[in-house]
Amino acid sequence: MIGKKIGWSAVDLVVIAFALIPVAWLLSLSLKDPTTVAQGGFLPKKWTFDNYSAVFTKGNFLQPLINSIGIALLATLIAIVLGTFAAYAIARLEFPGRNLMLGAALLVAMFPQVSLVTPLFNIERSTGLFNTWPGLILPYVTFALPLTIYTMSTFFREIPWELEKAAKMDGASSFQAFRKVIVPLATPGVVTAAVLAFIQSWNDFLFSISLTSTDRARTAPAAIAFFTGASQFDEPAGSIAAAAVIVTIPIVIFVLIFQRRIVSGLTAGAVKG
Amino acid sequence: MTITEAKAARISDGKAAERRLGWYLCSPAAIFMLLVAGYPIVYSVILSFKRYDLRFPDQQGWVGFSNYATVLTNSFWWDTFGVTMLITVVSVAVELVLGMGLAVIMYRTLVAKGLLRTTVLIPYGIVTVVAAYAWFYAWTPGTGWLANLLPAGSAPLTQHWPAIGIIILAEIWKTTPFMGLLLLAGLATIPEELYRAASMDGAGRWQRFVKITLPLMKPAISVALLFRMLDAFRIYDNIYVLTKGAVGTSSVSILTYKNLVRGLNLGIGSTMSVLIFLTVAIIAFIFVRVLRTGAPGEGGRR
Repeated sequence: MIGKKIGWSAVDLVVIAFALIPVAWLLSLSLKDPTTVAQGGFLPKKWTFDNYSAVFTKGNFLQPLINSIGIALLATLIAIVLGTFAAYAIARLEFPGRNLMLGAALLVAMFPQVSLVTPLFNIERSTGLFNTWPGLILPYVTFALPLTIYTMSTFFREIPWELEKAAKMDGASSFQAFRKVIVPLATPGVVTAAVLAFIQSWNDFLFSISLTSTDRARTAPAAIAFFTGASQFDEPAGSIAAAAVIVTIPIVIFVLIFQRRIVSGLTAGAVKG
Repeated sequence: MTITEAKAARISDGKAAERRLGWYLCSPAAIFMLLVAGYPIVYSVILSFKRYDLRFPDQQGWVGFSNYATVLTNSFWWDTFGVTMLITVVSVAVELVLGMGLAVIMYRTLVAKGLLRTTVLIPYGIVTVVAAYAWFYAWTPGTGWLANLLPAGSAPLTQHWPAIGIIILAEIWKTTPFMGLLLLAGLATIPEELYRAASMDGAGRWQRFVKITLPLMKPAISVALLFRMLDAFRIYDNIYVLTKGAVGTSSVSILTYKNLVRGLNLGIGSTMSVLIFLTVAIIAFIFVRVLRTGAPGEGGRR
């Protein structure tokens, strides 16, 4: 038994190293003193936090960061509201067009985003949406909708809805039954869908570099790609690494808090096909 | 009106109300997807039959299939298409093998199960561009710890095959956990008794894997493969950061984007968009066909 445990520990360590080494490298790079970046080596020889302050002072990273947070939150909120309606209907109601709706959602989920970039670029330029928050929120919501509909309808199907009736028989009002019985049962599904939708919107790069032109709406991942050194000969590696670490922090927090939810959400649609 | 008739009328009233409610609840999401995904794709089909170059706004008109002829006879398009396919097939194949291993490890390990599942979510959740920069600097001569392991003077990201290898590596690192989690869900549905019975009959570990695990996981594997194939074919972020599409590493998405921002030729760009969309549809169609014929009870070989 002990031998087995040691064996598994070794295997686990390999997996954890595989998953974390690139992240650790980025963190180390962000802490390197600019003069030592070009020396290579995994760990910094001279530590500094200058890269992090430089990102905000010289790199103007604050605005893209605000854009990223605002746009991803708003897109998640809209996708959750619209997705909850649709998922409830799909999970509980009988109506023609139910499968069509699921099919359409699947089609959008598999859609190559780049196919939308050229037409959206032209449409948004003529409607004034180009380089604005709504201009990015629209495609983010669209691509988050299939995810939220599938995740939440799978969750909603598992809810014992008879409990609502039972609560009403026990004297609860409709609203009380909904708030005290249904909301707590449905919340895990909604939270899971929200986390997945946020991660997906946070992750986008293609729409952000195609549909924005300035820091007015450009999100953090796209802003990082536009980082340059203070002068042409300056190496932006340190600033890029620092900005990259900052963008990763919310993801790490989400993963730590919602580990179980993310796993169940990712696999919700897959098992039942 | 008899009682039963009244009852029937009420039931069908209820049914009609349920239908209406279903439509009302679905319509906001449906309208959203139609406006932001449906309309642009139709618009892009229209543009693909037009000469539409933003640098020559007064020379717009219908040109039939000439945009398609231009793209499909262009060797650069086919090179790009081939590279995209190569990256897709190789990375998904490696991910399937590694993901299977990862799923078995996450399922069977006796130590730190929770920690393992939390850790592998980091590559899944991390922003692709961020991960791509980690690899970019790791392979940059001088700066990178991986580049410094190579013989002096080598710059892998500036050579065709090493660059493609690194792009594939970055893809595999990012998405193997996703594959592993999908397969883990399939693994968890297999009843443990089957393994016990098989090992009583003297089946070894490998035999049990091939004769029990693989056949029973076929649906989970197919779904995971389809999702990843379609996703890998859209590859953009990794290539943009790692090589910008230089040294023959452009994917179809990179090419379409470049055509948009550098060329401003929306006619040609839309044509490429339509071709990429068709390719994805064909891949999905083939998969669904194979899935159907592979379902239990149909054309079973054993």
